Amino acid sequence: MLAFTLRRVLQAIGVMIVVGALSFTMFRFAGDPISQIVSQDASSAERAEIRKSLGLDDPVLVQFGRYFINAARFDFGMSYRFREPVAKLLLERMPATLELATCATVLAMTLGILLGVYTALRRNSFLATLLSAVSLIGISLPTFLIGILLIYLFAVVLGWLPSYGRGDTVRLGWWTTGLLTTSGLKSLIMPSITLGLFQMTLIMRLVRAEMLEVLRTDYIRFARARGLTTRAIHFGHALKNTLVPVITVAGLQFGSVIAFAIITETVFQWPGMGLLFVQAVQNVDIPIMAAYLLVVSLIFVTINLIVDILYTLVDPRLHAGAARRT
Amino acid sequence: MTEPVLSVRDLRVEFDSRRGTLRAIDGVSFEIARGEVLGVVGESGAGKSVTGAAVIGLIDPPGRIAGGEIKLSGRRIDDLPPEELRRIRGKRIGVIFQDPLTSLNPLYRIGDQLTETIRTHLPLSPSAARQRAIDLLAEVGIPAPEKRIDAYPHEFSGGMRQRVVIALAICAEPELIIADEPTTALDVSVQAQIIALIKRLGRDHGTAVMLVTHDMGVIAETCDRVAVMYSGRIAEIGPVRDVVQEPLHPYAKGLMGAIPTLAGDAPRLAQIPGAMPRLSAIPPGCAFHPRCDYAFGRCRIERPEPLQHGTQQVACHLFDAHSTEHAA
Repeated sequence: MLAFTLRRVLQAIGVMIVVGALSFTMFRFAGDPISQIVSQDASSAERAEIRKSLGLDDPVLVQFGRYFINAARFDFGMSYRFREPVAKLLLERMPATLELATCATVLAMTLGILLGVYTALRRNSFLATLLSAVSLIGISLPTFLIGILLIYLFAVVLGWLPSYGRGDTVRLGWWTTGLLTTSGLKSLIMPSITLGLFQMTLIMRLVRAEMLEVLRTDYIRFARARGLTTRAIHFGHALKNTLVPVITVAGLQFGSVIAFAIITETVFQWPGMGLLFVQAVQNVDIPIMAAYLLVVSLIFVTINLIVDILYTLVDPRLHAGAARRT
Repeated sequence: MTEPVLSVRDLRVEFDSRRGTLRAIDGVSFEIARGEVLGVVGESGAGKSVTGAAVIGLIDPPGRIAGGEIKLSGRRIDDLPPEELRRIRGKRIGVIFQDPLTSLNPLYRIGDQLTETIRTHLPLSPSAARQRAIDLLAEVGIPAPEKRIDAYPHEFSGGMRQRVVIALAICAEPELIIADEPTTALDVSVQAQIIALIKRLGRDHGTAVMLVTHDMGVIAETCDRVAVMYSGRIAEIGPVRDVVQEPLHPYAKGLMGAIPTLAGDAPRLAQIPGAMPRLSAIPPGCAFHPRCDYAFGRCRIERPEPLQHGTQQVACHLFDAHSTEHAA
C-alpha cells in the first residue's frame, strides 16, 4: 500500500514537471509583455530597462531554470499588470474558486447519486423518465447559457438573488469565506447550480447505468434469494458496487469543475482564480497565466492521486492486487 | 404419511413476450419429503431452473406464475405478498446458485454477508451472529473459520466459495434447500466434495433438497428420487435407481443411454436426434414426439398426462396404451 502510494506520488511529480515545462514554453509565444506594460510612446531605452528588471533579457534556459526553482517555492514572480506577487494574487482568489467548486461538486454528487438511484429503481415511472429526459438537456446546454438564464430569472425578473459577485466575506486567517454570511450564501446559489448542473446530470446518468448493471448481477440475485430486505440490497449491496466508477468520475470532474469555473466566474463576475486568469489573458499577464496553469494542474494531479488511493479503500480487490504487485 | 416439505401442484409459469405468451413451465407437479433429495434433470431450457425460481418467488419479469400452487410444509406460499415471501427466502428455503464466483458480493467480507443474512432472519446480537457464522463455516468445511471469516470472496478458491454460499444457504436452518446446478462451475474433483457436503447437510438436518442439474452422475450419486424434465413438463419421475436402470419414457431412455460407462463397451454413446423445441414452437401433442422413435398417431394430437407405472410416474402414451391393452 505504501509502495503503491509512493509510486503514484512520483508519477504525479513527473506530470507536474512536464506541465511546468509546457506552461513556460507556451507563454513565450503569447506576445511581448513589455508593450502591454509601458505606454505607447516609451523609448526603446525605457523598454530595455524594464525588460532587464524583469529578467526577460536572460537566455531562455536561465529563465526556465529560475522559473522552475521559484515555482517549486510557490514564487511565480510579479504580475506585470498588478505589480504584485502572483502567488499572493492567486492565494487571495483561491478560496472563492475552491468554495464555489466544492459547493458545486457536493451539490452534484448528492443530487446526482440520489436521482440516479431513484431513476434506476423506478425506471418505468413517469418521474424517472422525465428526469432522464431533463438530464439530457442538462448535459447539452452550455454553462454560460444556463448562468445567464438563471440571472435573468432570479436576479432580474424575481430579484431574489444577486446577479454577480461573492457578497460579504469573512476572513479566517488567509482564507476568506462567503459561507458565513447571508449575502455570501445567497451569492453562492446560482453559480453553484450553474457549475454543478453538468456534473450532476453526468453523475445521475452514470449512477443509473451502473445501478441497472449491478442489479442484474448474480450476487444481487443471490442476495434476494437470501431474503435480505430490499433496502439492504439496493442501498448496501447495489449502491456500494456502483461507487467505484462514480468516485472516479466525480474526482476527475472536480478538476474540470475548477477549469469550467472560468466560464461561470466570468458570467457571475465571481472573484476567483478563473476570473483572474481571463483578465490575465486580456492583459498578456504571462506570470499569472503560467501560475494558473500550474496551480490547476497541481489540483488535478492531487485529485487523481486521492482518487487512486480511495479506490483501494472501496474495492478490496484492487488493494490486494496492488499489494501483490509490489 | 407426514406432510411433504415442498408440494408443487400443476405449476404453470408464463413469460409475456412481444410475440405472445410463452409457457416455460406447463403443469408440473411433484413433492419432496423431509430429508429427501429430489434431482431435477433435463436439457438447458427444459424449465429446471425456472421451477426452482418459482418456488422461491424470484421469477424475473416478464415471467410470472400463471397457475397451480406451491405449498411449503402444508402452507401455500405462491400467493403470499412479496414481503412475506422475502421472509421465507433464506430462512425456510435456502438457495445455492450455479456460479460461486459471482454469487458473493465482491466488496463485502464473507463474515459480513453471513452475519447480515443471519441477523435478517434470526434475532441474534452481532457477536452471537458472528459466532454462528464461524460455526457455519466450520460445518461446511472451511479451515480456520475464525480467521477466514474476515476474508473477501476473491481470497477463496471456487470450491471454497461454493462452501461459503452453502453456509449462507443453511444459515437459518431452512426446511428446504434449492441447489441450482451447484457443481457445474467447479472442477470435477471439487464437485464430489460439494455434492457430499450437500448430501451430509440434508441428512444431518433433515432438510429436503431440490437438486437441479444436468449431470446424471450427480443425480445417481446423490438423489433419492429424480424428475426428468422436458419442454417445461415432467416426463418421468420416480426413485433414482428405477429411473436410471429402467427408464420408461423414451426421452429418459435416451438420456440414460447418453451416460458414458467406464467399461467402454459401447463403441458410440447413444444420442437423441434433434433438439428440444423452442418455447415459441412447442409441437401439439407430446412435445417430444418429433424426436421420438416410438411416436405413433396419438402422440401428435393428444398431450400425455402423468401416469403411475410401478414406482415411477411417466407421461407417455406408450404406457397408457399398454395399460389399456392389459385391461382389455
